[in-house]
Amino acid sequence: MTELLDVLTWIFLIAGSFFSIVGGIGILRMPEFYSRLHGGGVTDTLGAALIIFALMFQTGLTLATVKLAMILFFLLVVSPSSCHALAKSAINQGLKPIVDEAETS
Amino acid sequence: MYIVAAAAILVTMTLALIRAMFGPTVFDRVLALNMFGTKTVLLICVICVLNTPHRHDFLDLALLYSLMNFIGMVALLRFTQYGTFDDIEIHQHSSGGQQ
Repeated sequence: MTELLDVLTWIFLIAGSFFSIVGGIGILRMPEFYSRLHGGGVTDTLGAALIIFALMFQTGLTLATVKLAMILFFLLVVSPSSCHALAKSAINQGLKPIVDEAETS
Repeated sequence: MYIVAAAAILVTMTLALIRAMFGPTVFDRVLALNMFGTKTVLLICVICVLNTPHRHDFLDLALLYSLMNFIGMVALLRFTQYGTFDDIEIHQHSSGGQQ
């Protein structure tokens, strides 16, 4: 049972680290702001959820798991609404997204 | 194995800091700052389980930091609703003007 939990922790930690680094590369390499929001959203929700689930497998049924669940809840509520507020603010300030010319004309 | 996750989170924080340094608009910097805060919460959680396997004191700090992120999000929403960012600099596609 402990080995199974260790293997699950490994898999979730590696997947969370992978999505985190992919989001970091996306926020650095994407061409403009609205596509950078996508990279930030991936690494904020999927990577954070996978890593915190891996830590919850390790801590077991203790108070630490409850605290980790609260942290996960706050991250999952705050980060997408923060991305939404940021995109809405950028639209209101007049930052135009770059669209494909062949699609629009 | 937590070393791997901590190193990956540190690499992601470095990439977010590079974007916050080079970001052409102020929104890129705010986005990178938001991502940096989330990664800080994750790093505190990983270091807590890595260092003190039976005492989980650092998780309270991570919870406090995520609540501070929430307060920052509320401030951002108020900027969206009522005001503007001060000394806004939009270098690309500034011809759209204020709406």
